[in-house]
Amino acid sequence: MRRSGKIVDTLLLVEHPHVVTKGSGSSDAHVLVNDEQAAAMGLSVHETTRGGDVTYHGPGQIVGYPIFQLEGEERDAHEYLRRLEEVIIRSLSDFGIEGTRDGEYTGVWVGPNKIAAIGVRLAHWITSHGFALNVSSDLRYFETIVPCGIEGRGVTSMAELGVRASLDKVEDRLIAHFADVFGRDMQEAKIR
Amino acid sequence: MATDVIMPQMGESIAEGTVTKWLKQVGDTVERDEPLFEISTDKVDAEIPSPTAGTLLEIVVPEGETVEIQTIVARIGESGESGGGGSTTAPDKAPEKEAEKAPEAASEKAAAPPASPGPTPSAPAASAPADPAPASAPTGTREERIQTKSSPVVRKIAAEHGIDITTLNGTGVHGRVTKQDIMAVVEVGVPASPASAPASSAPSATVPTLPPAPVGTGDRVEPMSRMRQLIADHMVASKHTSPHVHTLYEIDMSKVDALRRQHKEGFLQRSGAKLTYTVFMTKAVIDALKAVPVVNASLNGTDIIYHGDINVGMAVSLEQGLIVPVIKRAQDLSMEGIARSLTDLATRARSRKLKPDEVAGSTFSITNPGSYGGLIGMPVINQPNVAILGMGKVEKRVCVVDDMIAIRPKMYVSLGYDHRLIDGATAEQFLSTITKTLENFDETAL
Repeated sequence: MRRSGKIVDTLLLVEHPHVVTKGSGSSDAHVLVNDEQAAAMGLSVHETTRGGDVTYHGPGQIVGYPIFQLEGEERDAHEYLRRLEEVIIRSLSDFGIEGTRDGEYTGVWVGPNKIAAIGVRLAHWITSHGFALNVSSDLRYFETIVPCGIEGRGVTSMAELGVRASLDKVEDRLIAHFADVFGRDMQEAKIR
Repeated sequence: MATDVIMPQMGESIAEGTVTKWLKQVGDTVERDEPLFEISTDKVDAEIPSPTAGTLLEIVVPEGETVEIQTIVARIGESGESGGGGSTTAPDKAPEKEAEKAPEAASEKAAAPPASPGPTPSAPAASAPADPAPASAPTGTREERIQTKSSPVVRKIAAEHGIDITTLNGTGVHGRVTKQDIMAVVEVGVPASPASAPASSAPSATVPTLPPAPVGTGDRVEPMSRMRQLIADHMVASKHTSPHVHTLYEIDMSKVDALRRQHKEGFLQRSGAKLTYTVFMTKAVIDALKAVPVVNASLNGTDIIYHGDINVGMAVSLEQGLIVPVIKRAQDLSMEGIARSLTDLATRARSRKLKPDEVAGSTFSITNPGSYGGLIGMPVINQPNVAILGMGKVEKRVCVVDDMIAIRPKMYVSLGYDHRLIDGATAEQFLSTITKTLENFDETAL
């Protein structure tokens, strides 16, 4: 729809029920529960078309799906990832959290722990999939996977770092920083 | 004239891409801009449109293969064209340039005869050049074998962690070592030696599969944490790989005890770390490893790797399991340096703040069952080490000294060692060196 111009550049910010999604680079070894265990935890497992390995989504987490037509200098896949990280780092900074990049692994980190995961897909330089930021996620659910296939690292959330912020508040900051970093005017439309 | 399809550059810093899926098969007709294949680079997946219209004559790079940008991944041309069939080798710049101008011409041709997918002989011909000398074949130089088995990212990680890629069995196409394969080796530190692969698989063939444990009412079932699973795999692999032998010594800790009491205040002030029995033991182990270098080694098939550095892994128990942070280049450290490293690594292990490379690269390991009161432990070797030392609890025991009954602080130490490389006599030599060092501890080292 974006390609044919039926919609303009769009950013969807949503909250998902408990779900584990696998990207194209996923290894089944990184899903650590079997179907029955997953069902018992109210967790469903889905395969997706985004890049990256396995991740978890659930309540207390903001999942962002930017659908942007990248133009000119924006047409750089890694640059796009770095910009998504920048939006999240700036938003976290508004809550006094210092998010960092890791030279090796995409995503936003606080110390050795990942606070936001990123996995995207490009078709005709139109973006899909996006990022997941842990605001007050139940981190125990991450125990069911090896997040993004990176063993030996942990996950964290804003709540775990002592920041009690509502999803709305965090979304407001994300929207503001998306406008700055991607140079797009943002108009909000609630679909709740 | 066939058009070459190349691996596109998806960004300035992107040097390679993995073909994850071909959306068209050889013989299919494609329109210009129609999605042709999917690629994956780091965390980005992208759908790549066809640069031209025509028939897909040849797939040069199969799914799962990672190639550098600008590499030819497929050829598109008129149906019936040979697609090079292997004959058009040496892709120079010229065809690429032409490819950009070709689309119109090609689309005209394609419009006419897309009827039959052409003589399929192009299919077998296509798969042949796509197959770069099976990685397992011991042809080419060692360098070439490394190149065919890995991508630049994987080679970089391997170099950082001192892993020999040629010894790994990759899970990728043709045994290619993927990033996940190499990370698994880095994290778990399992087979630095390929010997462990055959060794562990061979016996497992004869080990009968156990029936599942019954679950009764009132029982609780929960999945193992990922740390628990890693430990489990590592322990099973170690027991399958190394025939373990254990030798025990009893050490008189009187001298160490006296020195500890005498120096602990000053030591704490100077170094900021406690002067524990573990600090003395680590120092004694380092000296013994220098004296008996075969204990500070690894096996790589039939090769023995004598490690240049002494990297001491220290087992630290956590609520959820166990982790073995590593004191790197311990041979260069003073007692204070050892104490500071021990405190720092243990503290950060418990707060889960260790970096991945701080739990990798050990050449020998120490575990301390005595810290919980254990008298003797029979530890399992932390692969790819060939030995592990277990410290028992220090307690006063009645013993005979110069034909008189005396009370002395004593400690049992155990050495678990890989009998493939280390014989009993070597183990004795190693443990007696430690015993001598501790019983006659050199005060000037403090």
